[in-house]
Amino acid sequence: MAESIDIAALGGVKEGEKKRPRSKEKRLEIACQSVQARITNYDEVALGYGPAEAVAESMRCLECPRPRCMVACPVHIAIPSFIGLISRGKFSEAAQDIRQYNALPSVCGRVCPQENLCEAACIINDTNEHNPIAIGRLERFASDWQLLHADRESASVHKKPATGFKVAVIGSGPAGLSCSADLAKMGHQVDLFEALHKPGGVLMYGIPEFRLPKAIVQKEIAYVRSLGVNMECNVVVGRTVPVQEIMDGYDAVFVASGAGFPNMMNIPGENLNGIFSANEFLTRVNLMKAWTDNAAGTPIRKPRKAVVVGAGFTAFDVVRISLRLGAQEASIVYRRSREEMPGRGEEIEHSLEEGAKFILLTNPVKYLGDENGFVRGVVVQKMELGEPDSSGRRRPVPIPGSEYEIECDLVVVAIGQTPNVLIPSQLPGMATRWGSVIKVNRETYMTTVPKVFAGGDAITGAATVILATRAGREAARAMDAYLRDPGRNWNSPA
Amino acid sequence: MYKITRKKVLAPGVVEMGILAPRIAKAHKPGQFLMVMNREESERIPLTIADSDPAKGEVTIVFLEVGRSTIELGEQFNEGDELFAVVGPLGTPTHIENFGTVVVMGGGLGVAPIYPICKGLKAAGNTVITIIGYRRKDIMFWEDKLRSVSSELIVSTDDGSYGTKGFVTDSLRKLHDEGRKIDRVIAIGPPIMMRAVSDMTRPWAVPTWVSLNTIMVDGTGMCGGCRVEIGKESKFVCVDGPDFDAHIVNWDQMFARMKVYTTEERAAVLANHECKLHLDNIKR
Repeated sequence: MAESIDIAALGGVKEGEKKRPRSKEKRLEIACQSVQARITNYDEVALGYGPAEAVAESMRCLECPRPRCMVACPVHIAIPSFIGLISRGKFSEAAQDIRQYNALPSVCGRVCPQENLCEAACIINDTNEHNPIAIGRLERFASDWQLLHADRESASVHKKPATGFKVAVIGSGPAGLSCSADLAKMGHQVDLFEALHKPGGVLMYGIPEFRLPKAIVQKEIAYVRSLGVNMECNVVVGRTVPVQEIMDGYDAVFVASGAGFPNMMNIPGENLNGIFSANEFLTRVNLMKAWTDNAAGTPIRKPRKAVVVGAGFTAFDVVRISLRLGAQEASIVYRRSREEMPGRGEEIEHSLEEGAKFILLTNPVKYLGDENGFVRGVVVQKMELGEPDSSGRRRPVPIPGSEYEIECDLVVVAIGQTPNVLIPSQLPGMATRWGSVIKVNRETYMTTVPKVFAGGDAITGAATVILATRAGREAARAMDAYLRDPGRNWNSPA
Repeated sequence: MYKITRKKVLAPGVVEMGILAPRIAKAHKPGQFLMVMNREESERIPLTIADSDPAKGEVTIVFLEVGRSTIELGEQFNEGDELFAVVGPLGTPTHIENFGTVVVMGGGLGVAPIYPICKGLKAAGNTVITIIGYRRKDIMFWEDKLRSVSSELIVSTDDGSYGTKGFVTDSLRKLHDEGRKIDRVIAIGPPIMMRAVSDMTRPWAVPTWVSLNTIMVDGTGMCGGCRVEIGKESKFVCVDGPDFDAHIVNWDQMFARMKVYTTEERAAVLANHECKLHLDNIKR
């Protein structure tokens, strides 16, 4: 690998030396674009560590023999091992180490909620509060380094000899990509089908450029392709190719079609012009690049006053895009309080810095339109928190007579997505929950249809990239075992 | 990439294209559409599939140069060129069975998408009375093609320069007034025409279906930009349609929603094109 790293100059551990961890030091903050600058562009906000910063941060890691971070990681990345490699200047090796567990480290390093997972579990929290190792930033650093510098041919990846089995993977989001990468490494022939014109699923259409650059996503996908995965875009399985044809042509099938159907509130006026699902707004901006103005063909409505309903990851992405599109005012309207917000901490902070307003304990009741059918306002109702509901969060209860009007010319409804029913509707015998969420055996990921497995948002409803990645990996392992021994009882309800 | 196998200008601003897309050609059923992207940075535009030839692996589209992307497609793409993306067939196919006598109406560009529907209905044993209408004689196309799949063909022009003078609805009323048995009406064309047909057949209680053409991004049920109220319920045209019972379509909403991007679209066309004809098309 062609990279020259002077580890002594970077303050790391030299060959043959012993590491002396500096765990008492503070966690190294990441440089960000200034608020004034970033609000006018779509470039990445968090700039990432350089080699010196990465080595310095890695030097804080104790490399615990029984690492709690690894347990907390949904895909159990060997965290101390890769951080140890960074301390020793072996950046590409560190990335290769991560790739054994996660096919998308540059993605997960950026969008994974580490604060609730590996970093929350870091032992340094016990003695040096709020200063866990910045595992996500180190993951991003190592992987980006490899994407930029190293000669990353699939030859360097351990690939098993061809088994002769053919597997179809439907959907090229994080679950589909992870599953495909692992199956290919196991020696199976993998055909990956994507409905849109670019692979990546939610990584391309959902997450904005300023949080996850699309060039990075495409590089990660190129890696998966280099493992021998055949990718075909513009194929809507169930339309372009009948589901039955896929069933007949492959030894096993993995359905990773995501959660692409937007939930709406079904309140009066919701079909007025200027009211969008988060999916539509994000797809126009991210996948179709509507923000590039005249270069792209897809138009976007530029708001003056934007209202975003919801407070998950998606809502924060939308509110920040609205500000970048020139909104004078962009507000999150959320029916619970700040504490219940499901969004990632960093995103909430960045949104506030960029000028987003939070209108909490408030819920839309109806929309008001002008004479041309465009939205001009939303009537909202104040809420108070009652007893905890099934999600464990306190249930919002409307306060009678508290309605008032908020002026707006753009509304984006970001209250969640559910899976598309196309595939289950064409597979007789495929059991679902709530009509669209595919039921699987929790250990084998097999659906109620033999040889068909499923994972990612298609089996959970909208969740996180890392959980989809885990499902893809675990399903690949189960599918490999199934292909070798299909006679076993694979899909008894777990 | 998807190769353009042939291109023919049918009338000023109306273009027919053959595209090599074997999977779509094989899977296509009447009433379905596809999404086209000219180039990597282009928008995705929905176009109804006007014909398909599974043996050749080819689908046919007919489009009006009306917006930035259709103007580009019509003027800059030729036989042998390749399109960046074509995906389909999308949408729920038109419901076809032996209804008895079906009147199928195509207005303007709507003449193209009714071709596979007439063909399907005829094959299912229906008496197919086809009414096609154009503004003027010089923008007519596919008359013979439609005749070949119809039991009876009525042609009209708004100005009377060919066939019967008047709108397609005038021809429909005439059939009704003559006491002809009509079991079903299918109408495809500009929204104003589909609404007029719907208003006409409602008092007659003749089941009437239209194919809606609202704004879409993906065309697969993901964005919801195409949603419109059908019988008090919000439906996605791309997956629940495009065919709907005309008598329960919220037409006012449908018309309003077509105009979401009028401002942006006009600006895009102006920025790229100085052609008066195209702006006239948008205004309509």
